[in-house]
Amino acid sequence: MDISTQKPQAGNDDTLPEDAAMKHAPSAPAPGHAPATKAPAPRAAGTATRRGDRIFLGLSRGSGILLLAVMAAIAVFLSYRAILAISKDQGNFLTTFEWDPNSTEPVFGIAVLAFGTVVSSVIAMVIAVPVAVAIALFLTHYAPRRLSGPIAYVVDLLAAVPSIVYGLWGALVLVPHMNGLFSWLDTYLGWTGIFSWQGGPARSMLTVGILLAVMILPVITNVSREVFRQVPKAHEEAALALGATRWEVIRMSVLPFGRSGVISASMLGLGRALGETMAVATVLSPTFDIQASLLDPGGGTFAQNIASKFGEANEQGRDALIASGLVLFVITLLVNGAARMIIARRKEYSGANA
Amino acid sequence: MAKRIDVSGLSAFYGAHKAIEDISMTIEPRSVTAFIGPSGCGKSTFLRTLNRMHEVVPGGRVEGKVMLDDEDLYGPGIDPVSVRREVGMVFQRPNPFPTMSIFDNVAAGLRLNGDYKKSGLADIVEQSLRGANLWNEVKDRLNKPGSGLSGGQQQRLCIARAIAVQPKVLLMDEPCSALDPISTLAIEDLIGELKEQYTIVIVTHNMQQAARVSDRTAFFNLAAIGQPGKLIEIDETERIFSNPSVKDTEDYISGRFG
Repeated sequence: MDISTQKPQAGNDDTLPEDAAMKHAPSAPAPGHAPATKAPAPRAAGTATRRGDRIFLGLSRGSGILLLAVMAAIAVFLSYRAILAISKDQGNFLTTFEWDPNSTEPVFGIAVLAFGTVVSSVIAMVIAVPVAVAIALFLTHYAPRRLSGPIAYVVDLLAAVPSIVYGLWGALVLVPHMNGLFSWLDTYLGWTGIFSWQGGPARSMLTVGILLAVMILPVITNVSREVFRQVPKAHEEAALALGATRWEVIRMSVLPFGRSGVISASMLGLGRALGETMAVATVLSPTFDIQASLLDPGGGTFAQNIASKFGEANEQGRDALIASGLVLFVITLLVNGAARMIIARRKEYSGANA
Repeated sequence: MAKRIDVSGLSAFYGAHKAIEDISMTIEPRSVTAFIGPSGCGKSTFLRTLNRMHEVVPGGRVEGKVMLDDEDLYGPGIDPVSVRREVGMVFQRPNPFPTMSIFDNVAAGLRLNGDYKKSGLADIVEQSLRGANLWNEVKDRLNKPGSGLSGGQQQRLCIARAIAVQPKVLLMDEPCSALDPISTLAIEDLIGELKEQYTIVIVTHNMQQAARVSDRTAFFNLAAIGQPGKLIEIDETERIFSNPSVKDTEDYISGRFG
């Protein structure tokens, strides 16, 4: 059974180490399932017998195991150092408005960082998602082909700009030009409290959010564009034949089909916004308190705080920063889990089974 | 309600390629007209010019005249969207909106038009589903997704969706080619019932089907690959299948080519 008249696919006649290792492997599941399978169910049909199959199975299973191992190592490292730090914390880790972990009586808490991270990311999403979806729809359904190519290329270029460059642009160009918008918001929406402005420099959460929106725009646009492009022609023609206008076709067949894809795209963008470091650190003037107004400077985010405090931190201070990193990790996990739940709940209606 | 279609001197293009050339015919109201012919002869393209779906394809272009009673479908100032509300279409593969329930699928066209009373919506949906012989099978699961139905049921759902907006004409582009024989029979019976109220045009590759369901049959052919398709003849179905006036038609029907 091992040696057939046909040559192995991969074309390597020498026995490779993976090959040798695989000979000892018990019943082997299909390669595609390797990462998820901890206890392999016996599946005779999926057993790899050809050398090329065995090598590929070994590589893919090894990659899956490596991924799990790396994730576990990160989780263990973060948890261990975080517990060390939190056990010495004299304040409340969740509610203290202070970051002084280096002294012998360390006091630090993540309230300000959690608030700043969530608020800046939410602002970025509120601005970026509608704009990105609109760009993606324009590129796939409105723009002539001559135009959509160059625009898509420019959007891709946005993703290639390093974040420190965004930070510099934000600090030197965006911040000085925000004054007009800020005073307009203060005049007409100042009564809400969150848009009141005391006239300080525009190094505030709103500016950070706008900058983050520009940064996450390309990833959301690109993924959405791919999803919208895959809408089956039959669905669009179904709407057209009923007498739908172009916008109605988009509403009836394109957006419902692309819904879960747009959610995934937004989560990718949100992940980047939550973890963005240099751009935030360059634009924001950090303080360790929560500003009620989005326009007044101050606040901080997890990543920005780690970047700016790491240099001066001692061993204990670093552990405290790692503890805050763990919280960011958990927030990101929760956001991703929520997104998956939203997608799964409507699976019955998704375009996948059509 | 049903309207007559008068086509004169119609040609359709994909970019520079001429797909069909100089087609003239009259399609009678309250009857079924079948289009037959070999693959690539332009019968589907011609069908799609009748509700201005041809021009949706990039590079799609039409010359000539299509009259729906006394309205010129390609006249200046005619909105293709309003044409498609009068001339409904059923496609080769059943294409219910996958994200919508059965009820919403049927109501989709009505909601687009907006000219209905909210209270009357359920009645129209029921009538349309009854009209498509689907009501008894789905009345207990109207809020389930349409994509959960069988292929034949999905196609009848698409017919219900098309007739819910009360079109003047119903175009069917090989509506049974993706279905099993039993579902095909159900659709054919339905076509026989629908012709009481609508002008029906059906493209089919199945000549027995054309013979079974249609009153008149049009035969299309093309001189060679790359040449535009042409209408060879259109006549009573009985005549086409027993004693056609053009030899090509007889050759095609008797299976000598195509």
